[in-house]
Amino acid sequence: MTAREVEFKEYVQGGGQVETGDWMPDEYRARLVKFIEMHGNSELMGVLPEREWILRAPTLQRKLALTAKVQDEVGHAQLIYRVVEDLGKPREQCLDDLISGTSKFHNVFHYPTKTWGDVGVIAWLVDAAAIISQKALLKCSYAPYARIMKKICWEESFHILHGRDVVLTLVNGTDEQRGLVQEAIDRWWAPLMQFHGNPIAADADPMVEWRIKSQANEEARQQFLDGYVPQIWELGLSVPDPALQKDEETEVWHYSEPDWEELKHVVTGHGPKSQERLDFRRRFRDQEAWVRQAVLADAA
Amino acid sequence: MSERAQRLLQIADDELVLGWRDSEWTGIAPFLEEDVAFSSIAQNEIGHARALYELAARDLDMTADELAFDRPPEEYRCAPFVELRLMDWADTIARRVLYEAADAIRLEVLKSDPDPELAGLAAKMDREEVYHRLHAQMWADRLRNEPRFRTSVNALWGQALGVLDAELAAVLAERAPEQLGWTPATAAPAARNGHSEGFRELWDEMTMVRRSIPGASW
Amino acid sequence: MIYEVFRQERKGQAFQHAGSITAPNDAFAEAYAREQYGRRQESEALWLVPRTALREVSDFPDELQKSYHRVDGYSLKAKLKEARERAGTAAPADR
Repeated sequence: MTAREVEFKEYVQGGGQVETGDWMPDEYRARLVKFIEMHGNSELMGVLPEREWILRAPTLQRKLALTAKVQDEVGHAQLIYRVVEDLGKPREQCLDDLISGTSKFHNVFHYPTKTWGDVGVIAWLVDAAAIISQKALLKCSYAPYARIMKKICWEESFHILHGRDVVLTLVNGTDEQRGLVQEAIDRWWAPLMQFHGNPIAADADPMVEWRIKSQANEEARQQFLDGYVPQIWELGLSVPDPALQKDEETEVWHYSEPDWEELKHVVTGHGPKSQERLDFRRRFRDQEAWVRQAVLADAA
Repeated sequence: MSERAQRLLQIADDELVLGWRDSEWTGIAPFLEEDVAFSSIAQNEIGHARALYELAARDLDMTADELAFDRPPEEYRCAPFVELRLMDWADTIARRVLYEAADAIRLEVLKSDPDPELAGLAAKMDREEVYHRLHAQMWADRLRNEPRFRTSVNALWGQALGVLDAELAAVLAERAPEQLGWTPATAAPAARNGHSEGFRELWDEMTMVRRSIPGASW
Repeated sequence: MIYEVFRQERKGQAFQHAGSITAPNDAFAEAYAREQYGRRQESEALWLVPRTALREVSDFPDELQKSYHRVDGYSLKAKLKEARERAGTAAPADR
């Protein structure tokens, strides 16, 4: 590293903030773009599993809430891709790379949704896992990203409540409805445990070194388990991992080792719904290219 | 069923079904900023439907959700226009523009209805619709000379006229060209009775979760 | 075109930069900003400015001692002590 790069690294490690026009090392910029782009991709792809259920929502309230939640996610994608664009990668290029499989999106959005139980479990648990990571990003050294994270976290706050409301209503309903929740948890547990990524020590994680991330993967996972396993158990629901338990002395949750090969396999585009969803995006994007031409192509 | 309930259901069903169709675009609109804006409009349509159902529900001793979801398909009173599945943007935005123009005329009449509850609700909805109209106008202006848009408007014009009764449809026939900046090809107003082919499928999907466990709370 | 959005959260507060949106003209920009930054009634008002209209200033030279117009340029403790002694009004701790 050059002296200037060393100085920059010390600056961010000391809590220094970076703005769009500031000089930054190539590695920092490249890591930033890749990370933030993946976040944008995830918000955009996360829309697809939930979208179908807007149409099937069984009450007007749920229909409105779910539409608003999914709308928030699209809005987040807009905020996030604008940040990436200001770092030098245009939105259309990000979308090209997403659809071609060159760039990635989070594992959870590669899986199917099967019942209304999924709607509750996704909004309650999957969003919770995401929010833990997002809260940690409030301290990102790259200020434009940290700033949008504030708006994102604020908007996500109703998502979890909505999810919990759906789940509680089901759990208090018929046996069949309770069954929907349990069955959804059974299916979503493995992807949830993989969500925060495999444990890399903070001091071995370049993303933490550059203060892009401020939280190690395992720390995020532990926070998730601490917050949400008690919530699951108190409803009389179970988690499909017999090894899951908290060591009261060390305050660390023990669990069966997630399948890291599965995670890798899925995020590289081989998940059950990966290609179908990307194809769906490609179809609409191609179909509507004329709209972007007619509306966004700059006259100036 | 009271005359008021019938009128309410007709508009509520229009708003519900159009909101349902428009919400299909959430996540796949041509670009992100439009996706967010379009979704708000869909939510407002459903919100209007909800308010209208709530008013009708009191007259009929039912709940808004029961009215929205628990009637058999033949009892819905929506115009075939709003039932059409339009997954092409030119068609969708053409419908938006035409529906807003028709709805504005309908709301104008409703705002001076002798029934204060009806008039009051119409005024509230109208205040939200201001923004729908601005949105429709900005698209109509931008796509004024776009052949695809013109083709869609022309194809949908008869159906749009059919949303309103003859007297109000005549007002629409006058106003729409002013808003569009050009005159759609003449078309006979579509009849407002019956349902389009795709309605059964729409109803199936819209009610599938609710029907899966009848009487349950969701 | 990129529009920068400034947002006032409550009446009386300053407008703060909130983000940016892509729109072809003012009409679209207003509609999109209203939704992105106000659909939950979370903003009192928004200002929209095309990015090309913004000019940034971020260099402020400070080469030759300018503490004369800052608070840190003034240390009065010693002089105040001397003045109080002269007037015989020194506080007990000063004597």
